Amino acid sequence: MDFDWELINNSIPLLLTGAGITVEITALSVFFGFCIGIFVGVARLAKLRLIRYAAAVYVDFIRGTPLLVQIFLVYFALPAVIGSRVDPFLAAIAACSINSGAYVAEIIRAGIQSIDKGQMEAGRSLGLSWGQTMRYIVMPQAFKRIIPPLGNEFIAMLKDSSLVSVIGFEELTRRGQLIIARTYASMEIWAAVAIIYLIMTLTISRLVAYLERRYRTTK
Amino acid sequence: MIKIRGLKKNYGDLEVLKGIDLDVADQEVVVIIGPSGSGKSTLLRCINYLEVPTGGTIEVDGIELSGEANINSVRKEIGMVFQRFNLFPHMTVLENLELAPMKVRGVSKAEAEQIAMELLHKVGLEDKAQAYPEQLSGGQQQRVAIARALAMKPKALLFDEPTSALDPEMIKEVLDVMKQLAREGMTMVVVTHEMGFAREVGDRVVFVDGGKILENTTPEEFFTNPKEERAKVFLSKIL
Repeated sequence: MDFDWELINNSIPLLLTGAGITVEITALSVFFGFCIGIFVGVARLAKLRLIRYAAAVYVDFIRGTPLLVQIFLVYFALPAVIGSRVDPFLAAIAACSINSGAYVAEIIRAGIQSIDKGQMEAGRSLGLSWGQTMRYIVMPQAFKRIIPPLGNEFIAMLKDSSLVSVIGFEELTRRGQLIIARTYASMEIWAAVAIIYLIMTLTISRLVAYLERRYRTTK
Repeated sequence: MIKIRGLKKNYGDLEVLKGIDLDVADQEVVVIIGPSGSGKSTLLRCINYLEVPTGGTIEVDGIELSGEANINSVRKEIGMVFQRFNLFPHMTVLENLELAPMKVRGVSKAEAEQIAMELLHKVGLEDKAQAYPEQLSGGQQQRVAIARALAMKPKALLFDEPTSALDPEMIKEVLDVMKQLAREGMTMVVVTHEMGFAREVGDRVVFVDGGKILENTTPEEFFTNPKEERAKVFLSKIL
């Protein structure tokens, strides 16, 4: 079987713009997921049982159901409830952010819990409030420790964002599908798509490794 | 300065403190000693509410502690020095000392630095201002921790076995700083196993066992003529 290089060449621009959209979805989802994750992660350690339980229910529900089903829920089920169509881009970002938030929350909870209890006690004994101690003492130390798992979450999100192709959102995977529908060149296009994903994930993992090194030396 | 009445602390069914009455006068150095598990550390940690008492009252400088509402206002007046130092590892020594005065007392950066440098000079570590805690020996870390507590200009200091995590050759440098503070009139409550320190520096020795205060007397009286049988047994084991 011949490998059609020319087809790949012609498809690259279209695939790359798709990859740009993949990066956009991923970056936005990880950003919002991170914002959600900080609040939920801290809420998992709250004194009030109600807050703790609410956070745990969210994390359990999201981690216990497939992202694909969550995307369907946001895109197909939610409109039935609110009575209007949901924009695919918003649906994609919402589903991925809410999904990522649960995983980030667990990373942040574990990061906070890995910091010695004496740090919180020392902060409180100096008259700092719980919030101040978290902000100035516990969180900065926890963040250094959670850089590697956060990097993993970023990479996982980038790959999982391919799932939003099912609601017709034209990111990298969907672009590949569309080209194949026209040309039947499955092998060429899927290989090209895989390599573009690989380049993106390798770039992120290098970046994370760099951050990790930098924070280790400067403390 | 500190007034404790009927202090009780339970962990589930376990009664750690069974009704403690203790007064600490201004400028007094009270040394709390007792076997491990006697509740002496818990007693100390109740004074600044790191442990929330199950019963009884604690009054510090005329303010009765009542939980989160007023705890920060009391904590900034009583410093604490921990067994394991608990310095902030992501900050330099100087930043360790500056943080609380700036965030809690609203002191300016320049003023906080000036106070910090004076205190580092006092504990003999001004050349370590830019170092990180992990670059210091245990004794140096504990001296920084004392300076950090002093940076808040507290009215009293609590010491929770400050030399127990130190190598023997570093104990003296920490005790020397504590002795100097005592001479300067700092009110101190010290949980320790250093009997030499208790004898030399303490105004009063409090012997705790089984969650109760069994002796509350002068060091002289306690070490030469203990009244309680359990205090005698304890002393015979450690002296």
